[in-house]
Amino acid sequence: MNEERRTIVRVVGVTKSFTMGKVEVMALKGVDLEIFEGEYISIMGPSGSGKSTLFNMIGGLDKPTEGKVFIDEVDISQLDAYELAWLRNRKIGYIFQTFNLIPVMSALENVTLPMTFAGMNADDAQDKGIELLKLVGLGERFQHKPLELSGGQQQRVAVARSLANDPAIILADEPTGNLDLSTGEEIIELMQMLSEERGVTIISATHDYKMLNVSDRVIWVRDGVVDRVERREELDISVGGIGEKLTGTKRNGSPEPTGERG
Amino acid sequence: MTKQAAGAGKSKGRIDRLITLSFAKSVEISFKSLQVRFFRSMITVSSLVLAVSFLAFVLVNLDVAGGLLVHGGRDAATALSAAGYDVDLADGAVSMSAKERWIVILSLLVCTVGIVNAQLMSVTERFSEIGVMKCLGALDSMILRLFLLEAAMQGLLGASIGAVLGGLISLLTGAVRFGLAAWADLPWAGMLGSVGMATLAGCLLSLLGVLYPALVAARMEPINAIRAEH
Repeated sequence: MNEERRTIVRVVGVTKSFTMGKVEVMALKGVDLEIFEGEYISIMGPSGSGKSTLFNMIGGLDKPTEGKVFIDEVDISQLDAYELAWLRNRKIGYIFQTFNLIPVMSALENVTLPMTFAGMNADDAQDKGIELLKLVGLGERFQHKPLELSGGQQQRVAVARSLANDPAIILADEPTGNLDLSTGEEIIELMQMLSEERGVTIISATHDYKMLNVSDRVIWVRDGVVDRVERREELDISVGGIGEKLTGTKRNGSPEPTGERG
Repeated sequence: MTKQAAGAGKSKGRIDRLITLSFAKSVEISFKSLQVRFFRSMITVSSLVLAVSFLAFVLVNLDVAGGLLVHGGRDAATALSAAGYDVDLADGAVSMSAKERWIVILSLLVCTVGIVNAQLMSVTERFSEIGVMKCLGALDSMILRLFLLEAAMQGLLGASIGAVLGGLISLLTGAVRFGLAAWADLPWAGMLGSVGMATLAGCLLSLLGVLYPALVAARMEPINAIRAEH
């Protein structure tokens, strides 16, 4: 695992402060990170730890107050609106907690929309969309509207959509947060399969401890800094410690159900 | 920690500028959005119908009166004056009274405010949808175009129904008040012009009303747009 690998995301000295009313809040207090191509990364941390902020920075959805974020060695703060749109369209696939499919479009149209933006012709997009929906196990439901699908199925459509333009990175923001235990597991398996078979880099912000087993590395964020980074091997050894981390999370007032509370 | 620009050679400095959304596809998406929110769209459309039909009614009334004046001479002039028109016999023209003009302007204003209100609501409701589109690579101009297209379709529908309705009502009242002479003397080209002008005004109002909400929507940062829902 230690051989030279290509860095796909590099975060250098990133800080982010928000002004809430008259108070300045430092959400991130200086984060350095390096993520390699093909890795499965989980960003873990209690609510309010700066986890989501870090995640949004990596995805080019938010700009750092100080510091830089490089994707594929390109400093994304230097990009104009057009290039940023290109980045979001081709380089990054997004999966959201609330699925966020476009309700007026069928599953297939949702999947082909990014391809349309990318200038692919309608027939090719159609074929590729059906192929992707088959890949996520929804081959015969492509005509359905999002509201006619279950939560798990909607998230599968979202996974297929995130793959539309063969992105290098998939960013998943709490992808299992709105799903029950078994459906969540299915989505995690699906993402693991993508990471292994397609070599996609997966970065996921999560509260879900089911994610730990499939992650190559886990980045623990606490109080706006990276608390520690653990590789999977280390995680297996410290499995007994997970419960402790869980209670640590709880104490900081995380309202999200983890699904494995027992 | 950071190996300074180890892969700088592979740097993707040049990025293809290729994000598109064809016009046909834009129309399709806007049309579907309207279909899904049929009831809401119809409310917006109906406010346009009312305002534009009033405008068309007033304009066609003037045409009817003008026609009568040209053919009826002095008798018609007194009849028209009695009916409340400002008649200028020397010019052979009938003009709107100041009061009438103000009512028309007010009705159009109220209508525009109504449209802004309805469109703001429709945009707010779709913040997360807009955010997703932007995450998928949509440009500000595409979002703007989608909303403008929606407004144009609503405008065209509402304004044309309103203009035809207003014109018909005006013709009927004309016939009731002045007899069939009102129709016989009518300058048809002028009347069609009035109806056309009312339609055009309605479309412009609809576009004007959606401009601000659409700009707000298009300029949103995707992350704020998505967060707005939670």
